[in-house]
Amino acid sequence: MLRAPKFELATPTSLGEAIALLAEAGPSGMVIAGGTDLMPNLKHELFTPSLVVSLARIPELHGIRRATDGSLVIGAMSSLESIAENALVREQAPALAQAASLIAGPQLRSMGTLGGNVLLDTRCQWYNQTYFWREALGFCLKKDGSKYHVVEGGAKCVAAASNDSAPALMTLDAELGFESAAGRRSVRIEEFWLADGIFNKRHAQGEILVELTIPKTPAGHRGAYGKLRERGSIDFPLLGVAARLDVDDQGTVSRADLVVTALAARPHRVTKAGELLVGTRPGDPQGELAAEFRARLAELARLAHKQCHPLENIPGDAAWRKAMVPVYVRRTFEAAARRAGPVHHL
Amino acid sequence: MRLLRLRVNGDVVPVAAPSHWTLLEVLRYRLGLTGSKQGCDKGDCGACTVLLDKKPVLSCLTLAALAEGHEVTTIEGLTPAHLRAGGRGADPIQDAFDRCGALQCGFCQPGMMLSARALLAKNPRPTRPEIQAALAGNLCRCTGYTQILEAVELAVAESGGAAVQPADGRRGARGAS
Repeated sequence: MLRAPKFELATPTSLGEAIALLAEAGPSGMVIAGGTDLMPNLKHELFTPSLVVSLARIPELHGIRRATDGSLVIGAMSSLESIAENALVREQAPALAQAASLIAGPQLRSMGTLGGNVLLDTRCQWYNQTYFWREALGFCLKKDGSKYHVVEGGAKCVAAASNDSAPALMTLDAELGFESAAGRRSVRIEEFWLADGIFNKRHAQGEILVELTIPKTPAGHRGAYGKLRERGSIDFPLLGVAARLDVDDQGTVSRADLVVTALAARPHRVTKAGELLVGTRPGDPQGELAAEFRARLAELARLAHKQCHPLENIPGDAAWRKAMVPVYVRRTFEAAARRAGPVHHL
Repeated sequence: MRLLRLRVNGDVVPVAAPSHWTLLEVLRYRLGLTGSKQGCDKGDCGACTVLLDKKPVLSCLTLAALAEGHEVTTIEGLTPAHLRAGGRGADPIQDAFDRCGALQCGFCQPGMMLSARALLAKNPRPTRPEIQAALAGNLCRCTGYTQILEAVELAVAESGGAAVQPADGRRGARGAS
């Protein structure tokens, strides 16, 4: 039995009320959205807030709509299930819909929210454990201690970014809209991450993620998401791959993007994707993909393999995770080219 | 301590519980509804699955106070709801699980049956892969998955009027052997 430490719960019905509660509580206040990340972390005593503020009853945080300029505006409290199933998201942001469909299992997707997944705490097998377990090993760098477990002689926390939505949102140029007592702030998701496993985001105390905006994607936009895990459900990613291919009227790639995650404290963009794939023609989505496209893709897969250095920070053999990088890069881009996906081996 | 008004299995239940208690704790230790199981207690296993407004959720990660305003259905509520709707005997999913021997230790069964109930409410004619996907958040550590999938298929087939016989060696009808 794992019980959460004691805290008070507030259930505000407006954003202003929630912001005021958090401002007053300061560092002892925390936000709960779907609770699927926070509740286990509270039970593990990774956080011990005195006040938890629920966002469940704030109407302005819900809903998915298309804005007048064609961009997609997603309320941060939208459930992962609704992201996976929503027709607008599937059409305009297929990689995001696919990523959401592979997060955890059905119950966790109906509870968990997109905002919560973006703000997911980093994960590590030395960190996501009970207080008793962590204490027995002298705690760790990220919480309660100064011991480094992952690599001998290491000095920096390397807990892994484990949110499947993040790489997909990066390929989609998403913007995060926050509100706090200091006012409104908008940040491109690209600039949101820090390479620090202890806290990997530029997210200030008391700031509430209100909505995510995804700029209109062109008609020929294709995207896919690939996820490596040991079981076909429930697990966090051992590797996540988001692929973007925009194909123009002539069938030529006009934009390509590759972001991988679960390998380090922040999602990683493989910048050569555009250089290698733009200008190629993937070929018939129904038939065999063009030889040149496949050759460039193989080159990109090799490059991604060279750039990725998974550590023994999350479950799953690091050598296996590294060996699967080129496989997943290739399969995920092939799925995007074919308007298929998601990619997983189970 | 706060006073909650929960709607559980069709009844409005006033119950006092601390703010940091989960729905699972309130169900089991305040209301005596021990059908929802406390397995991993951190969202991995699905044994604590209940329905919140007909959707499967993990009661071990749901704060009890946040279940206010929603209809909670636990395994104890399935057959009474079936009877209230004019049905006879047990809820067809429970009946099918029984007849297919879809249990070994039985610990995962309430969660499995509620996930299956939620699936059938949304999709009355699911395929085998759709059933597998809907039950993917419920672990059976006895690994008795085959009979569980067969039981859901039996419930689906019978709800469509086409009775299928469970495989050999299992009881063909309640009570008969």
